[in-house]
Amino acid sequence: MSGMMLDQSPTTTGEEITNYTINFGPQHPAAHGVLRMVMELDGEIIERIDCHVGLLHRGTEKLIEHKTYLQALPYFDRLDYCSPLAMEHSYVLAIEKLLNIDVPIRAQYLRVLFAELTRICNHMLNIGAHVMDVGAMTPNLWVFELREDCLNFFERMSGARMHHAYLRPGGVHQDVPLKLLADIGDWVDTRLPELFGDAMSLVVDNRIFKQRNVDIAIVSKEDAVRWGFSGPMIRAAGIPWDLRKSQPYDVYDRMDFEIPVGTNSDCYDRFMVRVKEVYESAKIIKQCIAEIPEGPIASLDRKVVPPKRGEMKQSMEALIHHFKLYTEGFHVPAGEVYVATESPKGEFGVYLVSDGSNKPYRCKIRPTAFSHLQAMDFMCKGHMLPDATAILGAIDVVFGECDR
Amino acid sequence: MATVLHSAPRYGSNDGVAATLGAALGDMLLSAHEEHGEILLTIRRESIEDALRLLRDNHEYQQLMEMAGVDYPDRAERFEVVYMLLSLTKNHRIMLKVCTDEAHPVPTVTTLWPNAGWLEREVFDMYGVLFADNTDLRRILTDYGFEGFPFRKDFPLTGYQELRYSEEEKRVVYEPVELAQDLRQFDFMSPWEGADYILPGDEKAAEHPAAPKVDEPKTTEKPSQTGAGAKTDAKAAEKSTGKKSGGEEPGAPDATESRPERKPRKTAGRETSGATEPAAQAKAPAKPRKPRAKKEDGK
Repeated sequence: MSGMMLDQSPTTTGEEITNYTINFGPQHPAAHGVLRMVMELDGEIIERIDCHVGLLHRGTEKLIEHKTYLQALPYFDRLDYCSPLAMEHSYVLAIEKLLNIDVPIRAQYLRVLFAELTRICNHMLNIGAHVMDVGAMTPNLWVFELREDCLNFFERMSGARMHHAYLRPGGVHQDVPLKLLADIGDWVDTRLPELFGDAMSLVVDNRIFKQRNVDIAIVSKEDAVRWGFSGPMIRAAGIPWDLRKSQPYDVYDRMDFEIPVGTNSDCYDRFMVRVKEVYESAKIIKQCIAEIPEGPIASLDRKVVPPKRGEMKQSMEALIHHFKLYTEGFHVPAGEVYVATESPKGEFGVYLVSDGSNKPYRCKIRPTAFSHLQAMDFMCKGHMLPDATAILGAIDVVFGECDR
Repeated sequence: MATVLHSAPRYGSNDGVAATLGAALGDMLLSAHEEHGEILLTIRRESIEDALRLLRDNHEYQQLMEMAGVDYPDRAERFEVVYMLLSLTKNHRIMLKVCTDEAHPVPTVTTLWPNAGWLEREVFDMYGVLFADNTDLRRILTDYGFEGFPFRKDFPLTGYQELRYSEEEKRVVYEPVELAQDLRQFDFMSPWEGADYILPGDEKAAEHPAAPKVDEPKTTEKPSQTGAGAKTDAKAAEKSTGKKSGGEEPGAPDATESRPERKPRKTAGRETSGATEPAAQAKAPAKPRKPRAKKEDGK
């Protein structure tokens, strides 16, 4: 190398090397959806990233303003389609907060149980996609097996594999068969730790995986707070902040689980926080199955929760309630609330304004991805182009939710 | 406050928070409001940046989680911008809001939180609220070249433009929205619960003239008031003798016992309770149907 000392530009004289701009996306397998990033590169070093989001904008919030509270519920499944129950959770809790309605304890257990199964399901997708973004193929195929199992459980729970519409204001839609709970318990005890452990054994100590992730996109605690990070992104920065623990909803205050935190706040820590969370979720699921009591699965307040169909065939009163609730819907007292829950990706909030009618006046959805993706520019600066995919994978972004 | 029945997230107590923050904010605060367990502070528009800085630096509200625009077309200042703050150390949430209209910009808070940039862009994109000193106030969620502010209440749900891929032109073309069927907006409000329209058929009810006034209400309490004439009145005033004018009075009917007995029915009545009573459903299962005899081919 010593003989290669150049005293002038390697190009012909007069030519200047300038930064160049490339388009990452909108269709790119590592973009996790329709994300367009305009990158300004200096060689292979990222100087600046301008994220263009909104390619999947469907005007969900506007549509919700034109639907009754119950009709608006299925829109939430279609926000973050990788963790649909977590989206519904914030929405039904916001309605219940305005109504100040009691939810039976069995329904709360069912919500927590399936919210945690959703978390596992979501992390399976993200972990698989993350390792694939940095070059590993096999673990993705293995964890997709687990995701398939989760979807089968969801199908037995609600009849739908992805868009459940299972949580309802006042409770859940229907009770689950006892066999389903038994099967989930078996799965959590045997298949999940085995297959997930195998898949993770391929990556967590893998040299190539570590080279691609360790020390990539280090975010200090202060920056994580300033940028409005939440979920695994803020926990990887070493802040033990989990809404399930600090602001418990439903029966999370009865659950015994740990909050995994990172030490280095890089992409590897974000990945490992999610890996640990899978085991913690499994712990919560086991507790739910052990403790779940018998009882009603939805509030008996007939002005909010419709009666069951069988009851409707017998009782005139039930028929009237059923008809009114499925046409006009229930009225929600005027007021405004902001309710946020811990979705697998971070804080998912719903700001609900009611004018006392049967339709929301305004429903603002706080997507988890908005703050995280906004920090892309800040996190990628000075990193190499291929690091961008690892950083994006560790954010865990889904555009159904980001663009709404 | 009413007892808390719901199971929504439970965070730090609201006791005295509104009063403390109100005192700290001083004349920046227009009103403080607490309802449904949420603290809402309305702030003077010009001083929102100072108010948020004060809350961030002196009152431990470290994170700006969300900003929301709301449109109230009836108000003089029709837009509200709501800021949701989270305190990680106090484990508490508050909401702050400012009011504005199309013309008056709100001071930017990108100086305080870097993530306010996209949040302000979104409020601008959806409502057209301007943010003073935001250096990057581009549209964010809508299409490139989109016009109008879609979340305003006067913007139609269907929008104005639709796009499709044109096979002739080999590109995406934009066209005005054409609906084969009108968008159906059902009105579910009950007419007796404050509907502001007249039900079909009710429009005539208001036009009916009221009955004319009379000095003496007409009654028929005395024979003279029937209006049938003096002769009839006299006849009607006669005392009834109680005797019938024609023939013999009919006798009492025969006793029931003396009727000839009916023959009993040959067959027992059909059991119909299954159709009405649920308990009857748990009866013997239906017989399995005989498999139909196979048709031979060629016939």
